[in-house]
Amino acid sequence: MLREWMTIVTHQQIAHQTYLLELQGEIAGLVDNPGQFVHLQISEQYFLRRPVSIADVSPIKGTITLLYKVMGEGTEALTKKGAGEKIDVVGPGGKGFPMDEINSKKALLIGGGIGIPPLYYLAKELTAKGIEVVSVLGFRSENDLFYLEEFKSLGEVHITTNDGSVGTQGFVTDALPALDTIETYFTCGPTVMLKNVKEKLDGIPGYISIEERMGCGIGACFACVLETPGGCGKGYVKVCSDGPVFRPEEVIL
Amino acid sequence: MIDTTVKLPGIHMKNPIMPASGCFGFGKEFSQFYDLSLLGAIIIKASTGERRFGNQTPRVAETSSGMLNAIGLQNPGVDGVIADELPFLYPYKTPIIANVAGSTLEEYSLVAEKLSKSGVHALEINISCPNVKEGGVQFGTDPELAYEVTKQVKKVSSLPVYIKLSPNVTDIVGLAKAVEKAGADGLSMINTLTGMRIDPHTRKPIIANQTGGLSGPAIKPVAIRMIHQVYQEVDLPIIGMGGIETTDDIVEYLLAGASAVAIGSANFKNPNICKELIHELPETLQKFGFNSVKEAVGGAHH
Repeated sequence: MLREWMTIVTHQQIAHQTYLLELQGEIAGLVDNPGQFVHLQISEQYFLRRPVSIADVSPIKGTITLLYKVMGEGTEALTKKGAGEKIDVVGPGGKGFPMDEINSKKALLIGGGIGIPPLYYLAKELTAKGIEVVSVLGFRSENDLFYLEEFKSLGEVHITTNDGSVGTQGFVTDALPALDTIETYFTCGPTVMLKNVKEKLDGIPGYISIEERMGCGIGACFACVLETPGGCGKGYVKVCSDGPVFRPEEVIL
Repeated sequence: MIDTTVKLPGIHMKNPIMPASGCFGFGKEFSQFYDLSLLGAIIIKASTGERRFGNQTPRVAETSSGMLNAIGLQNPGVDGVIADELPFLYPYKTPIIANVAGSTLEEYSLVAEKLSKSGVHALEINISCPNVKEGGVQFGTDPELAYEVTKQVKKVSSLPVYIKLSPNVTDIVGLAKAVEKAGADGLSMINTLTGMRIDPHTRKPIIANQTGGLSGPAIKPVAIRMIHQVYQEVDLPIIGMGGIETTDDIVEYLLAGASAVAIGSANFKNPNICKELIHELPETLQKFGFNSVKEAVGGAHH
């Protein structure tokens, strides 16, 4: 992990309140697995860093791509930064999806909203390993849609929106494909969605990526802990350093 | 050559800069950023008698010039700290100050006694954690209880004892005098200030514990004022902390009366902050006309 001033290569809006930020620097060369994140310092005015998951890595350009949603003043201020500017980044943080462990023929990816981005890099890496990928992506509305074509180029895609403006109306759990051939699932999104997915896909081996407010982002401050079932292990895990990716049976959501 | 060394009871430091308790875990995570032997000392996260999970999340929220936290003293318990966390730090050439917390006098004594035999160099007694329901802060807001806990800990510990004071009091000098009388070897000033943030969307406090401890540059003037007051009335060395981000901040603390300083939530913003401040301090001391750290201590009182 490094603290580094990365250069903004691209910064553009790609959907409602959703931006693509491409950053160049040494950190790009340190990413081990999809599902890791970087911790951005927006400016001196914002005391805490913002954790943002890595949506793509380009080893050739030495860049990482982040997709983020404007959630408040901090991320709003971030949208004002232009290409060529530098940004203070710590990363890559956390442990991602363990690519070496995964030996399925067919994987199901389930993403909700701004939980979708890390699944894109994951889908690329899975297909590169010859694993067939089916994605179920949930958005609030048509205006929020992003990366649809990118996911489609990697496999079958199902879309849901809360208002039904595109795809199936409802939540990701309302549009799950036939599960009989799915050997592993991967999911990232709001905790309530993760809970439902975990329940629906009980019995299928899975990996869930969790979002939580963080302090240090490196495992020192204990801001982003989750309890473990039956107090197993230490009785807790730290989302930032033990995660953000866990097996569903490892954590209490 | 600027002399940055500082000698305090139990701790001989290369420089006056150490990470503050709770902001540095037990050191492991920061050791991937720099060599911990550079630090003047290291204050580890609080230990309690038994393992504690702490509060529900969210545990942190951002504020203007700072942050709120309500971790709730999560730790593996004193035996776990001694067995699993401290061995990592021993090889570093940095004195270790162990932070002691508890809900009862007995718990403080038990934890202090165990830690004083563990190989650490000094104890910091946390009578000021605002984020736990029982214990912690009530020992730090009542001078008689503060006296009592200090006395008990001194009785069971052969190590120097620093009492970490709470700013959530009307008379900080009264508290400092009480623990001095009980035999404290030094003071840590200050812990966080109790605060709250409410989310207008949910109409609920952001932090699950509702209140949290405010840290960061927002509290620095409070800490400076309290150290300035206590320095005049109490004859104990002070480790100053609260919102330090620059070496100019450190000089301000020294001038107010701190002999050394601890860096807290700035470690979250910049994991290299302690290393950078240590590197820059000699030049800053020189800029303000000092040849040593000692020369600057209490400089605002002459």
